[in-house]
Amino acid sequence: MLKVLIQKEFKQIGRNSFIPKILFVMPLMVILVFPWAANQEITNIQVAIVDNDHSGFSRRLTDKIAASDYFRLSAISENHEVALSTMEDDNADVILEIERDFEKRLMTEGVANVMISVNGVNIIKGGLASNYMSSIVREFATELREENATSAIADVGLNLLPVARFNPFGDYKVFMIPALLVMLLTIICGFLPTINIVSEKEIGTIEQINVTPVKKSIFILSKLIPNWILGLLIMSVYLSLAALVYGLTPAGSLLTIYLFAVIYILVVSGLGLMISNYSSTMQQAMFTMFFFMIIMIMLSGLFTPIASMPRWAQTLTMFNPLRYFIEVMRMVYLKGSGVESLYKQMLALLTFVVVINFGAIRSYKKSG
Amino acid sequence: MDYVIETKDLTKRFGNFTAVDNISFAVGRGEIFGFLGANGAGKTTAMRMLCGLSRPTSGQGFVAGYDIFRQQEKIKRNIGYMSQKFSLYEDLQVWENMRLFGGIYGVKDSVIFSKIDETLEKLGLSSERNTLVKALPLGWKQKLAFSVAIFHEPQIVFLDEPTGGVDPVTRRQFWELIYEAASRGITIFVTTHYMDEAEYCHRVSIMVDGRIEALDTPHNLRQQFQATTMDEVFHRLARKAQRQGE
Repeated sequence: MLKVLIQKEFKQIGRNSFIPKILFVMPLMVILVFPWAANQEITNIQVAIVDNDHSGFSRRLTDKIAASDYFRLSAISENHEVALSTMEDDNADVILEIERDFEKRLMTEGVANVMISVNGVNIIKGGLASNYMSSIVREFATELREENATSAIADVGLNLLPVARFNPFGDYKVFMIPALLVMLLTIICGFLPTINIVSEKEIGTIEQINVTPVKKSIFILSKLIPNWILGLLIMSVYLSLAALVYGLTPAGSLLTIYLFAVIYILVVSGLGLMISNYSSTMQQAMFTMFFFMIIMIMLSGLFTPIASMPRWAQTLTMFNPLRYFIEVMRMVYLKGSGVESLYKQMLALLTFVVVINFGAIRSYKKSG
Repeated sequence: MDYVIETKDLTKRFGNFTAVDNISFAVGRGEIFGFLGANGAGKTTAMRMLCGLSRPTSGQGFVAGYDIFRQQEKIKRNIGYMSQKFSLYEDLQVWENMRLFGGIYGVKDSVIFSKIDETLEKLGLSSERNTLVKALPLGWKQKLAFSVAIFHEPQIVFLDEPTGGVDPVTRRQFWELIYEAASRGITIFVTTHYMDEAEYCHRVSIMVDGRIEALDTPHNLRQQFQATTMDEVFHRLARKAQRQGE
């Protein structure tokens, strides 16, 4: 019985003009466009430099900043006021002022001051600019120290270099691509079964099924299994694209990823099925699905770190299956984690599978 | 007589509205039973209860020997159903629909395939075996839907306005299929708006406002109401209706 129902689903998918396209277009869009659009790395920060020293050291620092990918030297101003007006004209995001006697103080005292002023209008850009700038200055200090190990400069400056572990270049794409897969699977495997069942309701074929002795669980399975296979297919397309386009492959095992995906797809498909059971029209189903999607994506840690959410929102994320799979994807891709260190996420997702699919079967009513 | 459908005081209420009001009747094996009534009289609701698609509010009912309250799934194994709305899969081919529903009812594959050919030949649709259902004209679709409804040789087949919107010639052919099925012992439970079709039934019940107002053979009903046609009988009864149709 299940066999003929699954054959039917695949024949319908095959004749559908839309689904096979979505299978390739969606992963392509997500992988080619999203990592760039969802990039929170900031480049092209405009710098105005006020060099009061005009020494070899001050010029070296200036060159170092200009050579950085993040900064673009927009002005060399003679004093702070001029630099500030550059900022007011929006031609500078950050001002670096090098004090008079910069070189001399460094040589004799081993300490010197630079001042970083940041345009706070765009707080994110400003914050990052100040961070980048500080690290360049610190790097400069380290260089000096290494060159002059014997002189007073040996003790120069701070030594607080941040090290991005697991993502050594701090590449935002490496962070986003594994997680975006979760969004893709959530959208496709959540919406397809919803559309499928509700359209059977609207056309009236579901009534013809309801009047047959098909068991509820068999009917639900006949919707879940094709969706499952589609999901894994889409995922394979996506992961191949990630490797081809960005050269990004998981540090851990692909098997771990597939294992979690198999479980995760069951969670979202179950959710979609449950929603379609409660909806009698397509509009109703789509609105409900959108509602859940947006909340789930916002509370997943995909775009914003969960750790910086307020306590109550953090609690909410515990009931969000997306959160766990995103954690898994990032950990496997970046850290190379294996199943043994992901048992918490596994447990959480398995709980979702059981609860949601039980709900999906219960809420499917063959008779009113 | 051997009854395959029996109801006693069967009632369905939706809130304050009583769609089906204490109906009691019995249908014998192999009978063609016409279930008439104006729009909104409660025919479809009554039929859905008998098919196990809708739970009755009160009363009793047995279909194919099973209780319509507790054994809905067993009933479904023994009946066929053709809804008012055409409901085969339009994006499946003719034979694929037959294969699907045959498979759902647990008909063996070998039986299914020989039966598909046999049925298509009977319908004169052999050349349309691999046509998508959506490409067929309505009359053919209806005949196909009927054949699918009796594909698994059920005890009873429920037909909800099976000939709606179909031309007279096709309607005639459709009734030939019904007679052919009845001659094989399948009980036919059919609703219709066409009073000429009512004449084809062995017995007819007429529902008005959720109640059965008349139940007999077409011949006896005509005598009882001193009418020459079933049309007249229907008009006399339907005139009493308080409810407006949909």
